[in-house]
Amino acid sequence: MKRFLIPLAAFFVLVIFLAIGLTRDPREVPSPLVGKPTPMFQLQQLANADKSFSPKDMQGKVWLLNVWSSWCVSCRAEHPLLVAFARQSNLPIVGLSYKEVRGDSEIDAGKLSPDDELKLTRRRASAWLAARGDPYAVVALDIDGRVGIDYGVYGVPETYVIDKAGVIRYKQIGPITPDALDKKILPLVKELEKS
Amino acid sequence: MINANRTITMIVVLAFALCGAFAQAREAAPLAADEAVEKRMVAISEELRCLVCQNESLSGSHAELAQDLRREIRKMISDGKTDTEILDFMVARYGDFVRYRPPVKPTTWLLWGGPFLLMAAGLAALIAFLRRRAKEGAAPALSEEEHRRAAALLDQSNS
Repeated sequence: MKRFLIPLAAFFVLVIFLAIGLTRDPREVPSPLVGKPTPMFQLQQLANADKSFSPKDMQGKVWLLNVWSSWCVSCRAEHPLLVAFARQSNLPIVGLSYKEVRGDSEIDAGKLSPDDELKLTRRRASAWLAARGDPYAVVALDIDGRVGIDYGVYGVPETYVIDKAGVIRYKQIGPITPDALDKKILPLVKELEKS
Repeated sequence: MINANRTITMIVVLAFALCGAFAQAREAAPLAADEAVEKRMVAISEELRCLVCQNESLSGSHAELAQDLRREIRKMISDGKTDTEILDFMVARYGDFVRYRPPVKPTTWLLWGGPFLLMAAGLAALIAFLRRRAKEGAAPALSEEEHRRAAALLDQSNS
């Protein structure tokens, strides 16, 4: 009897490990940036062409950095949630418009001059926000995706929770779900705002 | 005979014409500014995983992000960064997971040592099994009666 019990027990241990493995999303790679200061940047704003945005501007506030673009399908799904959330909360959400033009496979961005690309970026991003609502306190334009690389962005949308000292505390990979908002992001924000 | 020759000439001419057409249709890929830079870039990016298509290396992936990162690696090489610095740059942003050969450290000990642990456990089980069998000894010799029966059975099958 004992001869069979040991392999059987080993088999069940294996099944449990595999079952846990199945519930995890292999696309969610934990970010090494959590717990580290936000990478610094200085980018043009969408609304005011002559103004720029830097994470330094948010010092002393808890805020969200939401990476999005109009060609990203999941951003479209996530957007109503952000708009509804922005309406009933005063937590600032900063949008990072990620490769709005050159990320769109339907546009041959290589043919555009930098100036034309900037203009097209503004036009497309503004039109999108005008049509679907604008939840952002400010939108910064990451035209070539260079800032995205510093933030380890590998699939839009992504959202970072940043504390008063400018340290990244949480990264949401993929769209924010109502579940993630209620169970992870909001409790964390509440705690960060106390300190 | 004349006809056959003509056909062959026609085919040859056509083949050349087609080659010309293809040569025109496909633009030559822009040569890398520096072959040494390109070689190093490929060597480094083969060590890195593309996070968009996780089963592809950064050197082989057509994903947008992979192209951006290859451009970034090229730039860092031209800036005189060492391979280690470039790998560190990637790990700082995307984590150890981007490396196909993750570094040996406390969180990866099980990953690196696991196969050896399993092999040691298997060897231990095998040795225990062999020892137990040796202790039980060889099967007892046959008695007189059994010898006779065996011989009878063999005789039967031979005839």
